[in-house]
Amino acid sequence: MQPTGIRKTSYTTDNAVVHTHTQWAMLIGFLVLLFIAPVFLSGHMMGIISMVCIFVIAVLGLNVLTGLCGQISLGQAAFMGVGAYTTAIMMSKFGISFWVALPCAGIAAGLVGLIFGLPSLRCKGFYLAMSTLAAQFILYWVFMHGGSWTGRFDGTGVPAPTLGGITLRSNVSIYLLIMTITVIMTFFARNLSRTKIGRAFVAVRDNDLAAEVMGINTYRYKLIAFFICSFYAGIAGSLYGVYVGWISPDHFTLMDSIWMLAMLIVGGMGSTVGTIAGVVFLRGVKELAAIGADALATTFPSMATFALGAGTSLVFGLIVVLFLIFEPRGLYHRWQLFKAWYRLLPFPY
Amino acid sequence: MTFFIQLLATGLMVGCVYSLVALGFVLIYRSSQVFNFAQGSLVMLGGYLIWTFMVWIGLPMWLGVLVGLAASGVVGYIIDRFTIRPLIGQPLLSIILLTLGLYVLIDALVVAIWGGGEKAYPQLFSQLGMSLGGISLPYQYIGAFVIALVLFGIFTLFLQRTKIGLAMRAASESHKLAQSTGISVKAIFSWSWVIAAVVAAAGGFLLGNMNGLSLSLSAIGLRAFPVVLLGGVESVRGCIVAGPIVGILEIVGAGYLNQYVGGGMADVIPYVVLVLILVIRPYGLFGETRIERI
Repeated sequence: MQPTGIRKTSYTTDNAVVHTHTQWAMLIGFLVLLFIAPVFLSGHMMGIISMVCIFVIAVLGLNVLTGLCGQISLGQAAFMGVGAYTTAIMMSKFGISFWVALPCAGIAAGLVGLIFGLPSLRCKGFYLAMSTLAAQFILYWVFMHGGSWTGRFDGTGVPAPTLGGITLRSNVSIYLLIMTITVIMTFFARNLSRTKIGRAFVAVRDNDLAAEVMGINTYRYKLIAFFICSFYAGIAGSLYGVYVGWISPDHFTLMDSIWMLAMLIVGGMGSTVGTIAGVVFLRGVKELAAIGADALATTFPSMATFALGAGTSLVFGLIVVLFLIFEPRGLYHRWQLFKAWYRLLPFPY
Repeated sequence: MTFFIQLLATGLMVGCVYSLVALGFVLIYRSSQVFNFAQGSLVMLGGYLIWTFMVWIGLPMWLGVLVGLAASGVVGYIIDRFTIRPLIGQPLLSIILLTLGLYVLIDALVVAIWGGGEKAYPQLFSQLGMSLGGISLPYQYIGAFVIALVLFGIFTLFLQRTKIGLAMRAASESHKLAQSTGISVKAIFSWSWVIAAVVAAAGGFLLGNMNGLSLSLSAIGLRAFPVVLLGGVESVRGCIVAGPIVGILEIVGAGYLNQYVGGGMADVIPYVVLVLILVIRPYGLFGETRIERI
């Protein structure tokens, strides 16, 4: 629903992402706020926001594959791992600059994603989910048994990136780096849905047979979707490695893949805003659950194993199950209903 | 050669337990078209429930197992009634994610209730094994093998002879037709979840007897997926054939390759098999190739 008094006179304006001057002002204000945030945020808060941004990138990729193209990936965390390990190996073993390693990490993850997307030639839905589940287990095993390249169980370190002679090691510089890349990646993800490729994705999602009859090469577009999805995961993984400084196989488990899929569902599939909302919501829940579990463990030591071992997962599992039963279309749907309500405000419809 | 036959025999026996776990998955898929990613967790939960009644409460062994299986069945019913039923008619992704959510939830509940430590069943079979021409077969494995086969026979008979079993097969053909002949499809969904939870618990008990009861049981339960895909998702017959194949590939592959790659092959071989099946023959050995219409 459009705000009252807005009329579209050409296709370009109808297709625009940002419609009104107010929206432009709010968008620019928000971006400026994000980049001056380090002035008044504590280091801990900046850390939380950096993690949110990293997951926003990864889940945006998942949104392209699942939300736009209708395929399911249970291996997003493993593809993130491919990006992280590529960055680590290129930077520490070969001394290649971060600015080269970053796109390489994306491309490496994208190519690995393509391999596990190959079964999409002949199957879809659940079968494809199985293929990516296999990717999750196989890649985890590769990280675990990669010898000195991946550092096996212990993991490997990722050096800090440099920019024009300055080493980006402080919280603030890493925050700005991650934020810049997140904004760029969000911009591309949002615009992708308006291009030819994006429209083809939606056609494949809605009915792949009908799409094929209309002349869309279904297989090719599914593979493109897989590549883009894993590319985003690779970039996110690369940034994750740089942010954390030390990566090990246990950072990229099936559980993390499920978290990312859940972020997408809770936020609302197929929309960029929904994706971001889902990531912010579930990361927030994770932080709160961790604080709650700590508090519970210190107040009642007898419940420590319960709270620390299972608290977060318990809360997470409950949220996912309840969301699917009561709000299957996610937070974004609720937000749209709210917008429709206030734009009509004095009238019920 | 002896080494090879030894691995073959072990793989066959492990594979039969996989078949049993996969049977539960296939039953749910056939009747309700739901892909149950929580099957591995049901395996683990069932194993712990049986342990609770046998060791913690101290019931005699046969009674403990029976009560544990019944308790698992109740869990299966609860899952169907309160989480699956509200989602009937929702898109595939929601249901997949729901079962993934259940997987996380059940795993967390098991940690919360029983803690993370390893538990052991009282000795069901003696530690020793029998020796056949240089191959040693532990009684635990033989026992698990025989029990899995017997249970499989019982459930096959159940599907072919009883009224509920026949109704389940009818529902797997078409929900609407089954409903119009007076079969309550909702009840069929519940029944398939109950049975799936019971066979999962039986699988958990047998796997727990082989490897000890721990949190890794849920990951081992997930290996039913390669079995299901190899056999074909709608096929009970496929489970019986595919389980031993996957078990043998896993054990033989691990036996020969572990020394070169530093271990852990058993965790990855089933999934390599899975990807190959998907590329070469996505509908499995006995699955139906569905023709789609727009």
